[in-house]
Amino acid sequence: MTVPFSPRFTSARALLVAGILATLTMLLSVLALGLGAVATPAAQVWAALWGGGDSLTRQLVLELRLPRVGVSLLCGAMFAASGAVMQGVIRNPLASPDLIGVGAGAGLAATVFLLAWPAAPPGGLPWAALAGAWGGFGLVLLLSRDWGGADGLPPVRLALVGVAVSAALGAVQHLVLVRAPDGLGSALTFLTGTVYGADAERLWRVLPWALVLLPASLLLSRTLDVLNLGEDLATGLGTRVNPARLLSLGVGVALAGAAVTGAGLLGFVGLLAPHLARLLVGAKHARTLPVSLLLGALLVLAADTLGRTLLPPLEVPAGLLTTLVGAPYFLYLLRRSA
Amino acid sequence: MNRPEDLASPLSTHDLKLAYGTSVIVPHLNLSLKAGQVTSIIGPNGCGKSTVLRALARLRPVSGGNVTLYGQALHSLPSKEVARRLAMLPQGPVAPEGLSVEELVWFGRHPHQGRFPVRRPEDREAVAWALSQTGMTIFGRRPLEALSGGQRQRAWIAMSLAQQTEILLLDEPTTYLDLSHQLEVLQLAQRLNREQGKTVVMVLHDLNQAVRYSDEIIAMRDGEVYAQGRPEDVLTPALLTDVFGLKAHLLSDPDTGRPYIIPYALTR
Repeated sequence: MTVPFSPRFTSARALLVAGILATLTMLLSVLALGLGAVATPAAQVWAALWGGGDSLTRQLVLELRLPRVGVSLLCGAMFAASGAVMQGVIRNPLASPDLIGVGAGAGLAATVFLLAWPAAPPGGLPWAALAGAWGGFGLVLLLSRDWGGADGLPPVRLALVGVAVSAALGAVQHLVLVRAPDGLGSALTFLTGTVYGADAERLWRVLPWALVLLPASLLLSRTLDVLNLGEDLATGLGTRVNPARLLSLGVGVALAGAAVTGAGLLGFVGLLAPHLARLLVGAKHARTLPVSLLLGALLVLAADTLGRTLLPPLEVPAGLLTTLVGAPYFLYLLRRSA
Repeated sequence: MNRPEDLASPLSTHDLKLAYGTSVIVPHLNLSLKAGQVTSIIGPNGCGKSTVLRALARLRPVSGGNVTLYGQALHSLPSKEVARRLAMLPQGPVAPEGLSVEELVWFGRHPHQGRFPVRRPEDREAVAWALSQTGMTIFGRRPLEALSGGQRQRAWIAMSLAQQTEILLLDEPTTYLDLSHQLEVLQLAQRLNREQGKTVVMVLHDLNQAVRYSDEIIAMRDGEVYAQGRPEDVLTPALLTDVFGLKAHLLSDPDTGRPYIIPYALTR
């Protein structure tokens, strides 16, 4: 005699969750587009978005506020996707772009690039960040690889080395920033994790990357599901594990690298969003990934909106708020896995 | 290479050398498995039996020689094609949290599906068949972590069955199971062999179970095959002494007439 059992995680549930998150994100976006020194009612924001309303409101909403909201949404989604991909590949719940050297490498490279070449074309920055992201991650790989054995990439060591390398690269970045000339240094503060002052240029900088990489991450969901079973089972099911890992990591690294050039390192978004997504819709990546993207976008937008309204006219950086939420959760995860 | 007997053998090894770094586990192995039989590999801890099984399933790199699947070099075949002909259940597999039995079994269809996971009727049939063979149909929608150890092992076997391969490799499939669940797994393996003609290769620790449920025994010592043959021919007092360092009474199993081993002393 068995008790009928209905699974916790179904596609219908995932659709419902995704629908709710998308709606919340839209509502919050309209709210955020109305926020500012001159508050704009939601109805006028909505009209401006569709090309109506007066030209002043349109300018305010579309040219000044939309880029900031857009950068929040895109960078949040990209960090979240990056984290979801990396946690899947490394099979380590603590993996996240800011914890395995990727974010720190991108941040350092972006800082050096902007300081060394202030007049560089705007499209160049993401490439520098991408190179830095790979540099940071490559360093972690190099240090964590077991050269004697045949195992390739042992997950636990990878995560441990990642935290140490991130800390070191972060310190170097701070050192470079401290020594930077005043004017240039302040132009780089966004790299510490804020969407404050995000303009159309920054939006255009990350948009093409997001348009390519976010769908690419969704296409990886089945590969990630199989990799998540572990090396033996994945091989047994006919997956060529190391190429599949490299491809997935490539997408994960690029996502984080590009996101850093939009909003700097938004701490713990890449850790929090996938975890929350798994709690809501389970471990299948076809469900986790889209929900992670939405959660990441919502999280960063919420953090930024909150940061703008907490202590006006002061602005609390979004990255600070995500870190305040994320760090305790990270500690909780550490305690649970210890 | 490509000796005629290899073409008939589901899996054979040719001067196979397996090593971890500089320590050689298996120096020089020539082995040929028989089609349509249940073969058990036995041997003391550290004799290399699991290592050999993993090499047969291309789960570990080879330091020399090769493994052939019906005469074709295993490493030269596309991994997905191998996965349609050979399924391997490693020791102590771990599933991501929240996965249901049915979702797990669907992974077995992975090697049969293309780039996009279209669920064709034959895939559904294979999953339903695998669930019913293992008696897991009623548990299909339960999360794995809600199952007992025996049920969970059956769920993993169901995943391997959904691959619909002619060869099934099981690495210590009975470890950590209580006696009745051990029998359940062994009887399932035997039934799959008898009814579906599957070639089953297992690594087993319990000698009496190996004798009872296998058509062929491969006894290994120090990375080499000490003996290979029918259980009644292989399980001799000399083998128990040489391979396991045991003195034992050999009785006759009243059902099968095969030896039943009661160890009573160590020889070393």
